[in-house]
Amino acid sequence: MSTAQAGTARTGAAAPAGMPLRRFELAALRGTWRHEFALFKRFWRTSSFAALLEPTFMMLAFGYGFGSLVSMIGEYRYLEFIGTGMVGTAALFTSAFPGMFNPYIRRVFQHTYDAMLATPLDVHELVTGEVVWLAGKSSIYSCAPVVVAMAFGLDPSPGMLVIPLIVFVTALGFALFGMWTSTVVPSINSFDYVITGVVTPTFLVAGTFFPVDTLPGWVHIAAQANPLLHCVELVRHAVFGFRPLADLGHFAALLAFAALMWVIAVRGMRRRLIG
Amino acid sequence: MDSVRTAAEPVVRRSYGGPGATGEPAIALRGVVKRFGDLTAVDGLDLEVPAGICLGLLGPNGAGKSTTMRILTAQAVADAGVVEVLGYPVPRRSKHARAEMGVVPQQDNLDEELTARENLEVFAHLYRVPRERRRAAVDDALALAHLTERQLTRVRDLSGGMRRRLLIARGLVHKPRLVLLDEPTVGLDPQVRSELWGLIDGLRAGGTTVLMSTHYIEEAERLADDCALMSRGSIVARGAPAALVAEHAGERVMEHYGPPHRLAEIEGLARAAGLPTRRTGPSVSILRAERMPPSLADELGPDGVSRAANLEDVFVVLTGEKVE
Ligand SMILES: Nc1ncnc2c1ncn2[C@@H]1O[C@H](COP(=O)(O)OP(=O)(O)OP(=O)(O)O)[C@@H](O)[C@H]1O
Ligand SMILES: [Mg+2]
Repeated sequence: MSTAQAGTARTGAAAPAGMPLRRFELAALRGTWRHEFALFKRFWRTSSFAALLEPTFMMLAFGYGFGSLVSMIGEYRYLEFIGTGMVGTAALFTSAFPGMFNPYIRRVFQHTYDAMLATPLDVHELVTGEVVWLAGKSSIYSCAPVVVAMAFGLDPSPGMLVIPLIVFVTALGFALFGMWTSTVVPSINSFDYVITGVVTPTFLVAGTFFPVDTLPGWVHIAAQANPLLHCVELVRHAVFGFRPLADLGHFAALLAFAALMWVIAVRGMRRRLIG
Repeated sequence: MDSVRTAAEPVVRRSYGGPGATGEPAIALRGVVKRFGDLTAVDGLDLEVPAGICLGLLGPNGAGKSTTMRILTAQAVADAGVVEVLGYPVPRRSKHARAEMGVVPQQDNLDEELTARENLEVFAHLYRVPRERRRAAVDDALALAHLTERQLTRVRDLSGGMRRRLLIARGLVHKPRLVLLDEPTVGLDPQVRSELWGLIDGLRAGGTTVLMSTHYIEEAERLADDCALMSRGSIVARGAPAALVAEHAGERVMEHYGPPHRLAEIEGLARAAGLPTRRTGPSVSILRAERMPPSLADELGPDGVSRAANLEDVFVVLTGEKVE
C-alpha cells in the first residue's frame, strides 16, 4: 500500500495555505496565547493587582523597616539594593506560582489540555506556549520594584532596559519548574511542600534582602546553584554597571536552568497527558 | 441547521485526492492493542471506516470506545498495531490528522471561565483557521449550535444541553473531514437530541466522515450507515444495522412475561429448540421467533408479545450486557 506516500503527497494540500505542519510551530504557540489572552482579558485586574502590589509593599516595608537600621550594603544604598533584588522575587513569584497552579488546574480539574491536544498542538508546543506567555507577563510585572525605587531616588540608567529580558529568561525557568512540579505532585495541596521547601529558600537565599556572602560558607556555595541569585546579580549589574565576564556567566546559568526545566517539564507533561 | 454548513465554503482547505477521492479509508486500525497496566482496554482491534460514512460504535461501558478515540488523536499511544487516520500514520504524523479532524469528547472540557464565543475563537486559532475566515467560522459554529444569542454568556452559566451543543460546535469550527463523536447526545432532552441528529446527518450528507460512539441504540439505528459492536476491546460484529439485526437476532422477537420460575422455564424450552433468548427486566425475549416450531408456540401459550427484532437484541446477545 502506498499510504506513506499518499500521506506525504497530501501534506501541502491538507494544511491551511502557507502553514506546513512542522514539529514546532509558531502558529501552535499562538493558539495557546489566544487562550491565555482570553483569560487575561477576564482576570487582568486581579492578577495584575497582586503581581504589582505585592513586591511593592514588601519593598516599602523592607525599605523603611530595615532602611532605618541599615543605610548601605556594600556600595549600594539599601533601598537600591532591595529595589533591584525585589525584581528577582517578583520574577519568581509571578512565574513559579502560576506555573504550578494553572497547569495543575487545567490538566486535572478543567481538562483544558485534553481539549487542546486534540487539535494540531503537541505537548512541547503547549508547554512552550504557556510558559512564554507567563514569562512575558512576568517580565513586565517584575519591573514594578525598579519603578518604585526610582520614585525613591534610584537614578535611571540605560542598562535598566535589559531587565525585562533578564526576568524573561529567569521566569521561563521558574514557570517550567512550576509546571514540572504540577506533573509530580499527587494533589493540589502538595504544592505546599514545593512552596515551603523550594520556593521560600530560593527567594530568601538569592541576595535580595541581604548579600549571600554574609551566610556560612557552605550556604554561600550552595546559593550559587540558585538561579534566582544569578538573576538578582544580573539585574543589579544592569542598573549599576555591567561586569561583562561575570554577567555572561550569570546569563548562561539562567539559560541552562530554563533549558533543563524545559526538558523535564515537557517530559512530565507528556507522561501525564498522553496515555 | 445543515443549511449553515452547506452554505459556507470549507474553512480548512480540503485535500483533494484524499480518502474521499481514492476510496482510501478515513480510519484504518489493524491489530491495535492498548494496555493500562494489567488491563487491556483495546485488544487486537481491527476497524476500517470508509470515507464519507457515519459509523456507529456500540459497546458496553468499558468496552474501549473512548480509548479507541484517544488513540486516533494520538492522546493515547497504542502498544501494538497499525493506526492510520485520513491516510496519516498515527502517532508519527498525527498532527496532520488532527488538523483535519474534529473531536467531541465524552467528557465536557470547555473552558468554563470563557464565553461560548471565546471558546470557539480559541479553537479556531488552534485549528489554524486562516485569519480572514476565523470570524465567519466562529459565527457559523455558533449558528450551528443555536448559540448565537448566547455567545457572550460564560460557559459556566450555560445549561447542560447548551454546553453539549457548544462542545460539538467546537469540534466543527474548522469544518473537519472527519469527526469523532464520543457519546454526543448524552444528557440532552429529546428535542435537542433530535436536532443534533439532524446536524450529524447533515454532516454526513456533506461528505464528512463520522465516527460516533453511543449507548443509544435508536441513535445508531437512525444515523449510522454501519455499526461496529465493540466488546472487551475488539469488534465482535460489524455491518449495517438492519443486516446486523437480521444476522444475529432474526426478524421477530417474542416477549413473555411471568413469574421468575416461568421465565426460567420458557428460557429452557426456547434453548432446547435452538433459539437464543435474553432477559429484559421482567420478561424473557425469544429471538428468531419466526423460526419457532409450532409445538413450542403451543407450549408457550398465546400470551407472548411479538415485535420486530432490533439492534438492542443484537447488542445484548453479542455482549451479554444490558444497554440503556
Ligand atoms: N487512562 C487510563 N488509565 C487506566 N485505565 C484506563 C484509562 N483509560 C481507560 N481505562 C480503562 O480502559 C477500559 C476502557 O475504557 P474506555 O473509556 O475506553 O471505555 P468506553 O467503551 O469508552 O466506556 P464508556 O461507555 O463507559 O464510556 C476501562 O476499563 C477503563 O477503566
Ligand atoms: Mg467512553
